[in-house]
Amino acid sequence: MSDNKQASTSTVSATATEWPLWEVFVRSKAGLDHKHCGSLHAADAKMAVQLARDVYTRRQEGTSIWVVLSSQIVASDPGEKGMYFDPMEDKVYRHPTFYQLPESVDHM
Amino acid sequence: MSTPSIHVGDSTSVRYLLRLADSCLILSQRLGEWCGHGPILEEDLALTNMALDLVGQARGLLTRVGQLDGKGHDEDQLAFLREERHYYNPVLMELPNGDGRPGDFAFTQLRNFAVATWLELLWQRLQSSSDAEVAAIAAKAVKEARYQQQHAADWVVRLGDGTAESKARMEAALATLWPFFNELFVDDAIDAAAVQSGLGPAWSELKAEWQQAMDAVLDEAGLAQPKPSAYVSAGRQGVHSEHMGHMLAEMQYLQRAYPGGVW
Repeated sequence: MSDNKQASTSTVSATATEWPLWEVFVRSKAGLDHKHCGSLHAADAKMAVQLARDVYTRRQEGTSIWVVLSSQIVASDPGEKGMYFDPMEDKVYRHPTFYQLPESVDHM
Repeated sequence: MSTPSIHVGDSTSVRYLLRLADSCLILSQRLGEWCGHGPILEEDLALTNMALDLVGQARGLLTRVGQLDGKGHDEDQLAFLREERHYYNPVLMELPNGDGRPGDFAFTQLRNFAVATWLELLWQRLQSSSDAEVAAIAAKAVKEARYQQQHAADWVVRLGDGTAESKARMEAALATLWPFFNELFVDDAIDAAAVQSGLGPAWSELKAEWQQAMDAVLDEAGLAQPKPSAYVSAGRQGVHSEHMGHMLAEMQYLQRAYPGGVW
């Protein structure tokens, strides 16, 4: 028991001194949007951008980097997945495929 | 049976370029010692990225040296088959990262900052070298040095202005490194010839701007500069510290034992 207690205490202190986690978004050469590519630990925003450069753009992946504290991301609840997303399954009429676009409208 | 050593000629342009090529090569080897030992995975990658930038710069320069020297030596032979007295990097580059392996992180970052600042100034000027190959290498390298300088400067400030432990380590690193910076700014006949031919600047020309960058970052880090030192190391003449031989033994082992070995 005492072993367990000690283990859990050291886990808490390790977490408390660990650098915060950041989510990294990279825009590729061809892409217009920043895409999520992973996460990393860094002491602050400036270090996070630099380390993102070193970790995620080593193979010419990027032309721009965004980072955001993982703790700042608000996510939908996986438990509510059914309620949130299933009702859209039978609503094909929401896709713009039921009419012809004029030729002068490119790249829709 | 081991591979015999090679020798390069005494031409001033070959010697001038070897000083720079060996600086990149030897520091790269030191940084390579951090591979797999970085304090965090992210910084481990950052340090090895930098080592690879440096080895890339060394490769380009050594290839050019081989052409100018005219004995048909390629970059690998020049990197691995010379004897200690025929490497011409300043001693600063070969100093161990600290006690044991991989060494001291503060020492590593402070040296990286000092060297990247110096290299950035040198590459900037080499972009207008009379040697087109060298100018092309410089155009690529100047961006690499710029990033390395920024990355290392950040660490110098964080550690200098950090905890009591990190500050003490930065101060110790500064005291150790300080006398070895002098060699980055001394001139001799080889520099004079390079200026004459337009190959590159005299190293002394970089001193004022380097000092300015150093002042700004050390000031921000709250680190006091040691008193000027009169000591000038002589790596540029091929006279190295006791660390160089050990380093070369490790570096050259494969090429000596397996001549011409490639990936």
